[in-house]
Amino acid sequence: MLLIRCPYCEEERPETEFRHAGEAHIARPADWSTVTDADFEAFFFLRANPKGVAYERWRHIHGCARFFNAARDTVSDKFIVTYKAGEKKPVVGSGK
Amino acid sequence: MRKYSVFAIAREALRHHTGWPQQWTNPEPQPAYDVIIVGAGGHGLATAYYLAAEHGVTNVAVIEKGWLGGGNTGRNTTIVRSNYLYDESAGIYDHAVKLWEGLSRELNYNVMYSPRGVMMLAHNIHDAQVFKRHIHANRLNGIDNEWLTAGEAKAFCPPLNISPASRYPVIGAALQRRGGTARYDAVAWGYARGAAARGVHILQNTEVTGIRRGMNGAVEGVETSRGFIGASKVGVVAAGHSTVVMDMAGVRMPLESYPLQALVSEPVKPVVPCVVMSNTVHAYISQSDKGELVIGAGTDQYTSYSQTGGLHILQHTLDAIVEMFPMFSRMKMLRSWGGIVDVTPDRSPILAKTPVKGLFVNCGWGTGGFKATPGSGHVFAHTIARDEPHPIAAPFTLERFRTGRLIDEAAAAAVAH
Repeated sequence: MLLIRCPYCEEERPETEFRHAGEAHIARPADWSTVTDADFEAFFFLRANPKGVAYERWRHIHGCARFFNAARDTVSDKFIVTYKAGEKKPVVGSGK
Repeated sequence: MRKYSVFAIAREALRHHTGWPQQWTNPEPQPAYDVIIVGAGGHGLATAYYLAAEHGVTNVAVIEKGWLGGGNTGRNTTIVRSNYLYDESAGIYDHAVKLWEGLSRELNYNVMYSPRGVMMLAHNIHDAQVFKRHIHANRLNGIDNEWLTAGEAKAFCPPLNISPASRYPVIGAALQRRGGTARYDAVAWGYARGAAARGVHILQNTEVTGIRRGMNGAVEGVETSRGFIGASKVGVVAAGHSTVVMDMAGVRMPLESYPLQALVSEPVKPVVPCVVMSNTVHAYISQSDKGELVIGAGTDQYTSYSQTGGLHILQHTLDAIVEMFPMFSRMKMLRSWGGIVDVTPDRSPILAKTPVKGLFVNCGWGTGGFKATPGSGHVFAHTIARDEPHPIAAPFTLERFRTGRLIDEAAAAAVAH
């Protein structure tokens, strides 16, 4: 089980309090009328799925219930950093 | 290839088993092949076998970073069934079941396919309605599936708890009698032996590090830890690492890789005569011929390449197993392990040509690829050899995530695949 630091509660809590919420920093298109099928595919279906540093959303569902972001190594499953939603994406390790 | 038979056993018994040949060799890589398959798991080896056996394409290399059959082929719960809802899925999975039925004879290798029945439990009205819909859809596709009452389910699998006092009582079940289990490593070894005998090179401990494309964008070969190997056709069959390999050719994939765990108990005398699955309490179980209970858990919630998962996932599964089979509450679990499964948004596989000329991909089998091994290899070999999709593979394109023509088993099949 992972130990995850919630940046809002500012403490480490067990994984079962959290819900993984997919890849982070995917921008939702502002104007849907101009989105092509290829753009929609990239937004909705295509994923980085990196072997290495992944940027992802988590939700502290059984705690403060807020969404936040994390950089985690998908080989060791170790969290590198967690940060609040809306904060700039930190550049760490092999992350892109 | 020396044919295995009762006479061969008798002959070898008389000379202390000194005459058995190696089942496959470990050749040095050639500079180039007609076709390269990336990944020597069940699906990759089956692809190579059918390329050689059915399409006459024998100048083939299967490149594997570890040892053959050492990934998900050696890490699954060996369940075979074809009771999927949609016509496209029914097509590919039943194609596989038909091949399973004759596979030991085809390969001259005992893959221990055992059609002992796969029984899926219904615990509430919704389950019962969904399973009955599946049963009717399956029958329209010529696939056997039948409804059992709780009493009939108990008669088919005596250790099952059908007490109405259960927290999630069993109110009925769907049974596919042609479903069952097979021996995972025999499948990999049988295909490897059959492919090698027809001239296929299996290059183990050789990691693909890049895919080389020419000026016109077409595939020219792969960079490996043992140097460049040329080929104008490359088929990627890399399961959980499909995203990583396809990235090398610049193709983004609609995949996420998750850990999927399983575990086995201490061996006991025969007690579970079939495969039992429950989507609602989430567990599935069968008993191996060695006597171990083979139990499948769900995926972890986060993407990972670690080949391990959280202990609470296993505990949750065992809670469900004990709910269904209270008699196993004091059974000791001996081993658990994890594999990395590549999951598509619609939970259906991708068996297709790609935007890159000469590059083919067979991936996205998610949590249930083992059952499809023969069918997947069979239609993928056709797709590569003819450079056009086999009719059964045709719906499983990469473009469906752009066109919206999904095969949404994710919505149809609840949880376990």
